[in-house]
Amino acid sequence: MDLKLSVEHEAFREEVRAFLKAHAPDAPAPEDKGLRHPKRLAWQKTLIEHGYAARTIPAEYGGYGAEPDILKSRIIAEEFARAGVPGGLASQGISMLVPTLLELGTEEQKRTWIGPTLRGEVIWCQGYSEPGAGSDLASLKTSAAVEGDEFVVNGQKIWTSTAREADMIFCLVRTEANAPKHRGISYLLFPMDSPGIEVRPLVDMTGVANFNEVFFTDVRVPVSSIVGERGAGWQVANATLTHERGMLGDPNAAYGRLMAIAELMQTETVDGHRVIDNPVLRDRLVELQARVAAMQANGLRIMSARAAGESPGLAGLIVKLMGCELNHQLAGLAIDALGELGILYEEGEHLRAGGAWQARYMYDLGLIIGGGTAQIQKSIIAERGLGLPREPKPAKA
Amino acid sequence: MRFALSEDQKMLAGTLGDMLAGTAPLERVREAAGGDEAVRAALQSELDEMGLAGVTVAEDAGGLGLGVLEAALLQEQLGRHVSPAAFTVRAALAGALCGEPFGAGIASGEVRFGAALAELGGARPGAGVAAGADGRLSGRALFALELADATHLLVADKSGTLHVVETGAPGLAMTAMANIDHTRGLYDVEFDGVPAEMLADTSAGQRAVTLLRVLFAADTLGAAQAMLDKAVAYAKEREQFGRVIGSFQAVKHMCAEMAAELEPARALVWQAAHAIDEADADADLLACLAKAHLAEIGTFIARTATEVHGGMGFTDLLGLHYWFKRIGFNRQMLGGPERHRAAAAKLQGWA
Repeated sequence: MDLKLSVEHEAFREEVRAFLKAHAPDAPAPEDKGLRHPKRLAWQKTLIEHGYAARTIPAEYGGYGAEPDILKSRIIAEEFARAGVPGGLASQGISMLVPTLLELGTEEQKRTWIGPTLRGEVIWCQGYSEPGAGSDLASLKTSAAVEGDEFVVNGQKIWTSTAREADMIFCLVRTEANAPKHRGISYLLFPMDSPGIEVRPLVDMTGVANFNEVFFTDVRVPVSSIVGERGAGWQVANATLTHERGMLGDPNAAYGRLMAIAELMQTETVDGHRVIDNPVLRDRLVELQARVAAMQANGLRIMSARAAGESPGLAGLIVKLMGCELNHQLAGLAIDALGELGILYEEGEHLRAGGAWQARYMYDLGLIIGGGTAQIQKSIIAERGLGLPREPKPAKA
Repeated sequence: MRFALSEDQKMLAGTLGDMLAGTAPLERVREAAGGDEAVRAALQSELDEMGLAGVTVAEDAGGLGLGVLEAALLQEQLGRHVSPAAFTVRAALAGALCGEPFGAGIASGEVRFGAALAELGGARPGAGVAAGADGRLSGRALFALELADATHLLVADKSGTLHVVETGAPGLAMTAMANIDHTRGLYDVEFDGVPAEMLADTSAGQRAVTLLRVLFAADTLGAAQAMLDKAVAYAKEREQFGRVIGSFQAVKHMCAEMAAELEPARALVWQAAHAIDEADADADLLACLAKAHLAEIGTFIARTATEVHGGMGFTDLLGLHYWFKRIGFNRQMLGGPERHRAAAAKLQGWA
């Protein structure tokens, strides 16, 4: 057990601080909204050049090309957070498609897509879930029939974030109608402006369309757009799902929220008394603080295991379930601390933090469901982590 | 930077775990808990033979010279096997606080400390010890630990200052307090002008509380791990409706929830123990958080693991209740989780 940084890593931290001091004024501000805002794209380019985004992606594909060093990645994240400076773009294209292409893409696919995706020039959306295929994703029905050198895609996807902005989609389709469900799926890449694609915004409980539905009617896609073998799309997709679950439940984000709530509870007053002087609310704050501390320590343990080339085991399997639940509980405490102020929304003189806690409380419930529901996570923990038997298949009628 | 146990630390904990699994199975624990003093003494001497009495005593005084993290890992194993052997006070705490001048005696087992420190976490009516002008102690301490064959007693007075008294000293009277966890004894100690030696270190009271918080948390970690392991094993073997019950989602998810709570808690206990070793500024805070958090998740696991066992979990025959009660004991010692969270809030200027 050694929680001190080596000389090399201390020096690296100084390097990151120096970069931030020199370049922070170029970073986009919160009001520079939009995935294609020129300031965002310029900032991403600067970050890649200095190795603070796309750090370990090979330079030949448009990354920085550093050796993987989990600790350095953590130092970058910590220093950017401390300085309040936005880090690199965190799109589904970058976090999910790029690692998949690096692992399973053809040389041409890597050269065509990774660089522009990293730079934010090409925006992707993910076509996985369908109305009839949620937790049971492998039962998806969107079909792709071969006609000459093209697939003809028909069907519907749902829960597609950034579909309205996206240039491209990475999409799971059924190419082998008669194969067992896990062996009939292929992973295709195609443009969102292809004829036959219709995008409908899907307004959720937050009042905003964070997601969309995407409809495909005879969409023609060249057969060369496939990633991996025909019928092997399930394995390709699982490579990306692993990357997605790593993104959800980050304990350092939870720590930031905890501190924001502590601040909120020390500034908001009821009857002239600070909210934190209410012993019940204060007790809840510290109870969640212990949970955040446990998840942060768990995060350090996972990082050390990965750095040593070991599997983090159960410590890793529980992160999505526990991290998302914790974030939701934190938002719930913030709302209870706000009381009646916590039911205000959208706008108005008395609204706090622009209604962010209210939006988070609802959006985070979505994250408990999305990316593998809490119940699916529990089955994974029990089966892969504890070795409990899988659910028996129902007998065929 | 590496947040992981060293090979030495794993081996130390593994050696004790193997020893306890071999020589202290539930049948023997049950005999000791039932009042068989010879069995309890035998279990104690097996621990002493490993040299663990001097775990935190410096090497040049004949101890192992190890830190709080190692002591916590050992405590975890003792909780895992619901061991009736004295260790928390007699080895870990005494070595850390009274190594000077008692180190060699603690390590050899000639000096055996018990502790009357419960009032550091809050005094019940009638409890509280005060030092007179002559340094002699008078008053009463409740919930004193590890007194079965103690030679010395570490006592906190009302101001939080610690004193050492000999258990044979005049004016000292001890009465056992029947408690839920028969693997550990509690005592009601009366002091009537008992000669005492004050500890020079005025921070010793706070250090003792911080250490005990982490050790009780570690004991619960081990006991909860044992309950989870037993629940999972039972769920893989017990059949109802023609299937093992672990194939039902209702049961499977109970097991997953226990594991999901326990794994991060383990990392928190390691970090809290390590923080004491490093004299980290957050050590007191982390100890409060660890004690409170392990109390909460320990209670959840104790209850859930019992439910996974169905009716058998409720029987004396299976003996699961020894772990259930051990976790309950750890939860309340030095105060329940609310008191430790209140202390954590105070440390941060929130109260």
